[in-house]
Amino acid sequence: MEKILLTLSDRMIAPRFDLATEVLIVSTKNGAAVDSQKSMLLPGPSADDLCGLVMKEDIAVLICGGIEEEHYQFLTWKKVRVFDRVIGEDEDVLAEFLRGTLQPGAIVENRKGSGADSHG
Amino acid sequence: MNVLEIINGIPHPVALLDRQFRLSSMNSKLEALTGHAAEKVKGIGVEHVLRFNFGIGEIQAGLAKGASFAKEGDVIDAGRKRIPIRLTTSPLKGKNDRLDGIMMVLEDISLLHELDRKVLRRGAPDALIGHSAKMEEIYELLPVLACTDATVLITGETGTGKDLLAEAVHKASKRADHPFIKVNSGAIPEALLESELFGHKRGAFTGAHSDKPGMFRLAQGGTIFLTEIGDLPLQLQVKLLTVLDDREFYPLGSSKKVSVDVRVITGTHRDLKQLVREGTFREDLYFRLNVLRAHLPPLRERGNDVLLLLDHFLKQIEENSGRSGMSFTEAALARLAGYHYPGNVRELRNIVEYAASMCKNSRIDLRHLPPYVLSQEEETYPDRPVQPPSISPDARRPLSNGEPPPSSLVDSASSWTEIEKKKILAALLRNNGSRSLAARELGWGRSTLWRKIKQYEIE
Repeated sequence: MEKILLTLSDRMIAPRFDLATEVLIVSTKNGAAVDSQKSMLLPGPSADDLCGLVMKEDIAVLICGGIEEEHYQFLTWKKVRVFDRVIGEDEDVLAEFLRGTLQPGAIVENRKGSGADSHG
Repeated sequence: MNVLEIINGIPHPVALLDRQFRLSSMNSKLEALTGHAAEKVKGIGVEHVLRFNFGIGEIQAGLAKGASFAKEGDVIDAGRKRIPIRLTTSPLKGKNDRLDGIMMVLEDISLLHELDRKVLRRGAPDALIGHSAKMEEIYELLPVLACTDATVLITGETGTGKDLLAEAVHKASKRADHPFIKVNSGAIPEALLESELFGHKRGAFTGAHSDKPGMFRLAQGGTIFLTEIGDLPLQLQVKLLTVLDDREFYPLGSSKKVSVDVRVITGTHRDLKQLVREGTFREDLYFRLNVLRAHLPPLRERGNDVLLLLDHFLKQIEENSGRSGMSFTEAALARLAGYHYPGNVRELRNIVEYAASMCKNSRIDLRHLPPYVLSQEEETYPDRPVQPPSISPDARRPLSNGEPPPSSLVDSASSWTEIEKKKILAALLRNNGSRSLAARELGWGRSTLWRKIKQYEIE
């Protein structure tokens, strides 16, 4: 079982990790999402608090927008895999991750639309 | 030349957006900053690509006013670095003033921030300094003055820092990103003042070869500080009153009204109420200007701030001149602490500068101080003992009753001459007429003393 945390802003990946006030935590097993999904509204934006939440929830993968080097280094040191600078809607990004094709800096297009995705 | 070539020629990251704030193009500098290729992010909301720390709603609100809009903040770049930026957003209008798109220019202001930090570390030269109760009152008042757009009248003797307070109010206000313009109403000839303030149209008068915007228009969005407002001619007082009421005016020689959004702060060392009584200042303008008021205390009422300021200006001189370890002797400090500073902080700064220039080593002594500071004790307050600053800070407030100092003793050239003449005579008497010993006591070379003896005809 592996837990993934996505920082969100109106169903899109939040442009900045330090300003995100909403997160989605998804549990996966053998490369597929299990039913348990948890959406949380945070009391306010704080990169430090978010790092604390990642630790507390025992998150293995973080998918976010822009993140500062200091927090990135801390999380990777704590063995969290970080996919940063990602742009796209939560469902599409998650699907891309589960397919194993998500990369840092990915611009994930709406799968219901063109069906194509690209990496910036 | 296509648009991409134009924006690539701009030395800052630039983004072009459609009306929905979606990216339509960006230059190579912005591609490098964000780590995304322009063609890949086309149609994506700008906030997702630029990653700035403010909401798009703030920019929309700023643009709704119809003009360019600048905002400072930060972005996180492709290298995961937070970069302080100034974002200038401009509407791109087509035919019939229709909004066709939006241009965003990001200016990296990291260097400015670094410079600000250095200046703060060195003690900002333009900061208000002091911890006295009266200055604390001013600091408490500052946020109140900054959070409104009401006119402020700053009063205080000359050299108390009215300009600094006005600028501090501007910097703490929401207008801080816009210009702060200072106009000395007393320093500009009456005939030119109207044109200087309100601008003129080409041909409005002889010599008006081109249109001039005037200070009010240059301060658009910001603050204009009219210092020495008591010296404003009556005719211009009416025009100023109109600007304050209607926020618009006619430049000289123009039939087209100009609207401005400018906050007005005024300053004066005069008693405006008295001027109103004398009929040289309009009562209605006085009431209009006197919405919020701040009075800066004279230095003689600021207690220990004198020592703080002495130390501050000495440090500033050290840094500017590359000297180090400078200090005052106890005697010099006691004399400086006891002096009444009719010219307030400005005079104190000049005294420190004079003394530091006169002092060739690192200890500033009595002999390095300007002669009028040394003479003041005997001339003005013969009975007042010199108190060391550490014993009684209050003792160096000889004029704390608020009376103005007898400035004639220190200001006029004739009394200065007299003071110096007496000083030379006293030194000669103490040294039994020996010119070399007297010169040494006075801290002058023998030739200087000889020249002054000749000049004052001392025989």
